[in-house]
Amino acid sequence: MAKKLPAVDVALVGFGWTAAMVAEELTAAGLNVLALERGAWRDTPTDFAVTFAQDELRYMWRRSLFQEPARQTLTFRNSMDQTALPMRHLGSFLPATGVGGAGIHWNGQNWRFLPTDFIVRSHNEARYGPLPENMQVQDWGVTYDELEPFYDKFEYLCGISGKAGNIKGQIQDGGNPFEGPRARDYPNPPLDMVYGPTLFAAAARETGHKPFPCPAANMSRAYTNPLGVTLAPCTYCGFCEKFGCGNYSKSSPQTTILPVLMRRDNFELRTQCEVLRVNCDSSGKRATSVTYVDTEGREFEQPAEMIFLCAFAQHNVHLLLLSGIGKPYDPKSGEGVVGRNYAYQVVSSVDVFFDDKIINPFIGAGGLGVGIDEYNGDNFDHGGLGFIGGGYLACWNTHGRPIELHPTPKGTPKWGAKWKEAVAKNYLTTATISTHGAVMSYRSNYLDLDPTYRDVHGRPLLRLTFDFGENEHRMSDYLTERAAEIAKAMKPREIHAKKREGHYSVVPYQTTHNTGGAAMGTDPKTSFVNRYLQSWDVSNLFVMGSTVFPQNAGYNPTGTIGALTYAALDAIKSKYLKSPGPMVQA
Amino acid sequence: MKIAATSVFLACIAGLAAEAAAADTSFVQVERGRYLVTAGDCVACHTASGGKPFAGGRPVETPFGTIYSANITPDRETGIGAWTDDEFYNALHSGIAPSGAHLYPAFPYPYFTKATREDIRAIRAYLRTLDPVKSSPPPPDLTWPLGYRFLMSGWNSLFFDQTTFEPTAGKSDEWNRGAYLVQGLGHCGACHTPKNFAGGDESEHALQGGVIQGWFAPDITNAERTGLASWSTDDLVQYLKTGRNAHSGATGLMAEVVADSTSKLSKQDLHAIAVYLKDQKRQQSESNETPSQTVMAAGKAIYSDSCSGCHQMNGKGVPGMFSPLAGSASAQSIDPTTLIRIVLQGTRTVPTDARPTPSTMPAYGWKLTDAQIAAVLTFVRNQWGNAAPAVETGKVENVRRTVQGSSRAAR
Amino acid sequence: MSGTLSRRDLLLAAAAIVAVANRSEARSYSGSVPWYPGLADAPQAAGGGGLEFFTEAEAKFVDAAVARLIPADHLGPGAREAGVTTFLDRQLAGPYGRAERWYMQGPWHDGTKSQGYQSRLSPAELYRNAIKSIDGHCRQAFSGRAFAELSADQQDQVLTEIEKGKLKIKDIGPHTVEIEGAKGPHSDTFFAVLMQNTVEGFFSDPIYGGNKDMVGWKLIGFPGARYDYRPYVARHGEKLDLAPVGIRGRPGWNEQQG
Repeated sequence: MAKKLPAVDVALVGFGWTAAMVAEELTAAGLNVLALERGAWRDTPTDFAVTFAQDELRYMWRRSLFQEPARQTLTFRNSMDQTALPMRHLGSFLPATGVGGAGIHWNGQNWRFLPTDFIVRSHNEARYGPLPENMQVQDWGVTYDELEPFYDKFEYLCGISGKAGNIKGQIQDGGNPFEGPRARDYPNPPLDMVYGPTLFAAAARETGHKPFPCPAANMSRAYTNPLGVTLAPCTYCGFCEKFGCGNYSKSSPQTTILPVLMRRDNFELRTQCEVLRVNCDSSGKRATSVTYVDTEGREFEQPAEMIFLCAFAQHNVHLLLLSGIGKPYDPKSGEGVVGRNYAYQVVSSVDVFFDDKIINPFIGAGGLGVGIDEYNGDNFDHGGLGFIGGGYLACWNTHGRPIELHPTPKGTPKWGAKWKEAVAKNYLTTATISTHGAVMSYRSNYLDLDPTYRDVHGRPLLRLTFDFGENEHRMSDYLTERAAEIAKAMKPREIHAKKREGHYSVVPYQTTHNTGGAAMGTDPKTSFVNRYLQSWDVSNLFVMGSTVFPQNAGYNPTGTIGALTYAALDAIKSKYLKSPGPMVQA
Repeated sequence: MKIAATSVFLACIAGLAAEAAAADTSFVQVERGRYLVTAGDCVACHTASGGKPFAGGRPVETPFGTIYSANITPDRETGIGAWTDDEFYNALHSGIAPSGAHLYPAFPYPYFTKATREDIRAIRAYLRTLDPVKSSPPPPDLTWPLGYRFLMSGWNSLFFDQTTFEPTAGKSDEWNRGAYLVQGLGHCGACHTPKNFAGGDESEHALQGGVIQGWFAPDITNAERTGLASWSTDDLVQYLKTGRNAHSGATGLMAEVVADSTSKLSKQDLHAIAVYLKDQKRQQSESNETPSQTVMAAGKAIYSDSCSGCHQMNGKGVPGMFSPLAGSASAQSIDPTTLIRIVLQGTRTVPTDARPTPSTMPAYGWKLTDAQIAAVLTFVRNQWGNAAPAVETGKVENVRRTVQGSSRAAR
Repeated sequence: MSGTLSRRDLLLAAAAIVAVANRSEARSYSGSVPWYPGLADAPQAAGGGGLEFFTEAEAKFVDAAVARLIPADHLGPGAREAGVTTFLDRQLAGPYGRAERWYMQGPWHDGTKSQGYQSRLSPAELYRNAIKSIDGHCRQAFSGRAFAELSADQQDQVLTEIEKGKLKIKDIGPHTVEIEGAKGPHSDTFFAVLMQNTVEGFFSDPIYGGNKDMVGWKLIGFPGARYDYRPYVARHGEKLDLAPVGIRGRPGWNEQQG
């Protein structure tokens, strides 16, 4: 029997980026906030210090900072006619565990979505006619203009290094001219640019594009954010994604929020406490508590006035399904909302091999690169192309970690003396252009509970049914071809274009940009939360993170997650706290 | 929902405070006492780990044995509730308990003696407002013959100058206020003044730095290389108020002093302290031997690979985050104890409301050998215009032994 | 005998013990960001000494195999010289070998390529079973000789077959007898793991037993576990030739005598 604990105002499930933001804003508003985190406490000087953080084997390949599938994983299949099998070890994506969540081990590539990304269905239908029948994309119920102040707030929290391309409608030289209008420039100037991206920028310009430094949560200089927390300058060590930052130069909950939040006496964090379910009252309209289990297997019931699901995208969906909140999605009838609209990211790359140009890939930072945005969203005419959406192309210098990065030209044997020779010859002299494409939502891509496999607590695993659609393959191929053209303009010895071919696979690492499953929107029949990330059914339950994306755009999601969270908090503070209840009438 | 309740509660507090201030001048007295108790950082010693504030019982390890701090809550049996104001004054001014017994100078009456009778009365007024706590500290556990309190009268005649502070003519009021705080309640010299064989102050070297159980409390005179000469008065105020400035951040024992005491003092008083300390002039002899080139080469290699990511190759650090080492007084301290300790165990700059970032240097004790630590510190102490004696490997070995047990890796 | 001598660090010490003791237990944090002097989640270095997991015969197989995957040649030492066998031995003896972080509950099915690894064998068991199967195959095909006893060309031929998945690995699990009905993975699954682990051993930090003298890093020009490239960011196109640094340093960190 779960031991019932004294009630709090706000309970947070998970303690990464969104939970830290919610906790900071709501403790400042005077509420008692409790965060429940399944992983351990961790922080810069003790858990990813400069003395040992730069350890590729331990962090990337032995997955030290990530979720352990032994405790929780999901089952996966490409299509409904297959039997889903467990993802036995991590591969395609790397969910976090522990304080700070994936905010610890992200690269820091921090983008805004395009204004048209929030109106994907209405905009594309108006321009190109009806979308394919099985495509389930929908408008978000919130516009770019409404989110702009909150994008800004998150960028200033993080101290993003970048160059504005559009300030209040005025296009800025050197920035991304395709971005939505912003109120002001980034808080910090771009990072210093290394050689590979500089060559890419020149070739992109030569081929008629408008290259710009990518926005990065790696500090181009020391920065003190509006909360008074200071970050140090990035030192280009090349250990960002999959690693914690050792010298306080990458934005994370630890480096931007926790120093202030942890000092507040109306905040408490409990670690190694895993939430098993959210409990509702008999009406099913009000969440009353969460049940969690500690490391000794003891169960506790924690009552709260407001409950926020702030765990990794899929875990929020898993928890809703296990709690019986919201109608589970049924792909056959197309009805139900929990598990609906799962999407991901489609990525590809082109290796650019030089004989005479030393790229030094190890001089890196997670967001260090030059991008172009001509082929993202609806920045170009899709007429006759057979797909909607797009992605950015970028030449990054994020790292030169050799177990992961040892590019070889096409046709090189996979092992032996020739492989060794090719690795030795090309390591220092190869640049890579990446494409980062949107994934639309489809009727047949979804999340539900697995009928067979169980997690460490005996709960059914989440089941993922997902594959790339025609739209993704066409779009990704298109992006890869554009990348190859620019690659050739860099005048290399040779290139190797690596298209994303075949079925989606959980094996090779791609990105941890899993989205959807409890989408936001304007209609309770097709969305789980309203524009304020508030459950339509249970008005004191809120769902944070990319879980609410109705489909994914061609950018990394963190900036948009930050903006949606701050927008929701703004409404919660100005509306909900004054008059708890639904903020949008269905 | 608790939201409404919270605002009602806040309104009550505000009303209460306003009423108290208006109704009774003793509120002013109590608040003054609270401020002086903060200036004296009484809570630090008079609170046991996990215990109630001011209820005493905290073990204070001295080179001569362990003493436990007294309960100074108003409990009549175990605290000081039964003491008269005069008895309280006597304890602070003369180091003598109401029973007539001598107090041990672990209680820093040699400093508190400087405090005025009015101030001590205010301190008493504040302490009287605390909740009485029933708690008796254990008896001291001292090396023979120091267990005999009467011996303290001899110690007092040698090392204790029982005089209330007298302003120095020709110095500004501000200077004198600073002197009063530094020499008196602030008891800065308890750590920063070197001690003689019997634990008494070497007053001719006042504030020039002292070793205290595995730490070196640095020189806080205005000395050129090892002292405060490169700090402006405002730098010093900023340091005491926020825990950090462009030169340094408060770590180790000073972190607690800033958190519990100086960050809560008024800017005027901090400025007065700074003015006084900046006026403590002294001459230093510079006769350092040049360190061996091979040691410097090894030190440079370690520094460039392991330290520059924060402190930068030019030693300038990131002000407010990572202390500059070039020109740093701490880096050039005559005694390298604190430096060695910091490298072995890491150190945190104290977070304060004004500067909440807990920027922390990680521990290197598991990573570097004693010889490597000696080399990198010797390099830091003799690079970028710095000059200080080389650090010997044997010294690192000693400090490592002192801190061992706490310098273990987790998991 | 100034008692103010030691005072405050006692509180810190008390807080620290809590931090260390409770790291793996549920804990409550409030009031401040915790920290304790000396605390570091430092890496566990590979131990010295003899084999911890492999038998002598298995070590011979691995030595021979990795020497073909990354051979010693005019460019420098190969995987064998880099200590990859020791690296693998320590890895398989540890949490990775035991698949401690992996989801290892049945039922077991082969699945599609896109569903990834579906064998019930942990990496350690996979190696043990695979080596047994491959050596068995070699003895049959090459008149009684184990893989390690073959010529380089023959070894390459066998490795190519393994890579293509032509061999079936018998699943004898952690036990000594084959479990009826248990399906072993194809040899390409083992090959992929072996090559990945070999690259890991060749390019990972030397503290894990491989990449001896940082030969892997020297081969390609990777400067290792450094943390500050600011002086080099603007030096476009320059070959920097920085000495590689491991987590435990490099020779230059020690005073050079004479």
